[in-house]
Amino acid sequence: MSTLIKIAWRNIWRNRLRSLVVIFSIILGIWSGVFINGFSYGLNRQRTFETIKSNLSHIQIHDTAWSQDPNIENQVLSPEKITSFLQNHPQVNAVANRILLNGIISSANGSGGVQITGIEPEKEHGLTGLADDLTQGEFFGEKKNRIVIGEAMAEKLKARIGSKVVITFTDSKGVIISGAFKVVGIYKGVSSQLEQLKVYVRQRDLRKLLNEEITVHEIALMTTGMEMVESVQQELQQKFPHYDIQSWDEISPELGYADELMETMLYIIIGIIMLALSFGIVNTMLMAVLERKKELGMLMAVGMSKKRVFSMILWETLMLSLCGGPLGILLGYFTILYTGSSGINLTMFADGLQSFGMSPIVYPYIEISFYFGTGLLVVVMALLSSLYPARRALKLNPVEAIRTI
Amino acid sequence: MPVIETHNLERVYQDGSQVIKAVDGIDLQIDEGEFTAIVGPSGSGKTTLLNLIGGLDKPTGGQVSIAGENISDLSDNQMINFRLEHIGFVFQAYNLIPVLTAVENVEFIMLLQKKSKVERRRRATQLLEAVGLGDRLDKKPGELSGGQQQRVAVARALASKPDFVLADEPTANLDSASTANLLDIMARLNREENMTFVFATHDQRVIDRAKRIITVEDGKIKSDVKVDH
Ligand SMILES: Nc1ncnc2c1ncn2[C@@H]1O[C@H](COP(=O)(O)OP(=O)(O)O)[C@@H](O)[C@H]1O
Ligand SMILES: [Mg+2]
Repeated sequence: MSTLIKIAWRNIWRNRLRSLVVIFSIILGIWSGVFINGFSYGLNRQRTFETIKSNLSHIQIHDTAWSQDPNIENQVLSPEKITSFLQNHPQVNAVANRILLNGIISSANGSGGVQITGIEPEKEHGLTGLADDLTQGEFFGEKKNRIVIGEAMAEKLKARIGSKVVITFTDSKGVIISGAFKVVGIYKGVSSQLEQLKVYVRQRDLRKLLNEEITVHEIALMTTGMEMVESVQQELQQKFPHYDIQSWDEISPELGYADELMETMLYIIIGIIMLALSFGIVNTMLMAVLERKKELGMLMAVGMSKKRVFSMILWETLMLSLCGGPLGILLGYFTILYTGSSGINLTMFADGLQSFGMSPIVYPYIEISFYFGTGLLVVVMALLSSLYPARRALKLNPVEAIRTI
Repeated sequence: MPVIETHNLERVYQDGSQVIKAVDGIDLQIDEGEFTAIVGPSGSGKTTLLNLIGGLDKPTGGQVSIAGENISDLSDNQMINFRLEHIGFVFQAYNLIPVLTAVENVEFIMLLQKKSKVERRRRATQLLEAVGLGDRLDKKPGELSGGQQQRVAVARALASKPDFVLADEPTANLDSASTANLLDIMARLNREENMTFVFATHDQRVIDRAKRIITVEDGKIKSDVKVDH
């Protein structure tokens, strides 16, 4: 057996250039496959992170009626109980509560429907990171009736820092309420749709405008990490059964699907690359078999069994494939490691990307398990590619092969 | 009992509408210790006959017995194993595995026979010394001359302890000195070890050394003479 492997190994190097070409194409193919995957996955992950950060949070708590009817009346009944529990929870990083009202914003130059979000600016810090997203102005300050709007909305209203806008909404009895606010900050969101949808004001300013008691509509929280979301959610559901407690992927299932879809896509891409590579391998090994007809015929003539001839060609193909595979994976791993921490700047395309909710700097990322999956695929591809050339070798007839000498 | 016996042996090729009787009813007996040349012009059927005797080809009629065993009934896989255990082959060219050294080439045949590593190395070295290549054990075929390669092939053919050695035009690519040297070695192995050799050849230098000359023409035996040297 070991001699067979030794022969197979040496046979690979009989045509050094040809084998090297195959090995390099495998390295290149797998490396690019890994990189494309890391890039797409990183892009997707980033979009998920950013959407979670700017919009969803890890977990949201609402009144059970809220998701059916996001009405001012469907408030979280006793938010203090929940927030005080969360603030002391070791796996929770940040908690904030919000008043959510649908309304209209208008200026002298235009108007639009918006979701008015009443926040406590200090508490949003660990959550939305809205303060970091400001491109102009400041994050509230002490004066009352200040509003933060998105860039796209500012453009629509032709509003600048210091411009006066009016927000209008209805209370629980249908009474229309308006208030004048001064634009204090303008933020850049993950998408222009979002920039037009969300405006932020202080909760206490909203409360003053309303002639009724109001708690909040939403409690949002960030856990210490994505992997904690599920357990914290379960714990909350047990402790507060009369609330609607949703994780980010329940609130925005398309984000979660995108993850799964991406994973499938990534394997399909790798699969296509492998298929292309396997054609190259089969072709090369077929050449190697056909140009060695006489030698293989001689081997069968002097008593090498078909099984042995078959496994010799099998080993040759396997080793040829497995030379490049791990190197490609390793190269891909280091590329992802490097670009994953330094990031790839796509400022050139960023405007386009941004409207899809993507940031201009991409940090490629791949789960470790993906490398093993790819490694497994390489082995499977190598095995499958080796079958045809090896079978072809068996079809050789020693007499025919020798006669042509 | 003869080592090789053929009975009304026939091998017909269908070449389009043309039927070629490459071997046409040959009855032949070869005994142990013979040094026999099958001679005849090109296309007379020497290679076909040798391939039938060596179990590389199946007859379309008649039968071949090796040491009393009718080999015409063996399956392909059984045949490969039979060749491994009973017959040594030397071809005109492409005898050796290019990526293995001389000694590894000779060992290879014993590896197929599942002989132990120690025995393999010992016998391969011994055989290569016997063919005068004791100092070339670790050379690859590409580093050896044509004559040396054929001597390795002879050593390889003998490694499996076969009943006889079949050599099809073994000297076709060799100069006179190498031919003489190779024939000396085979004649000595025949004399000293009583190894049976059967050649297919039209090389006069081989014919001159043969102890029995079987002449074939159009697939038939035309003459069969014993020669005393
Ligand atoms: N595979 C084949 N198909 C058709 N004809 C063949 C085949 N092999 C050999 N022959 C024919 O059989 C005859 C004998 O060939 P061969 O045994 O090679 O003769 P030699 O070895 O004496 O030169 C020739 O006429 C040759 O053309
Ligand atoms: Mg011939």
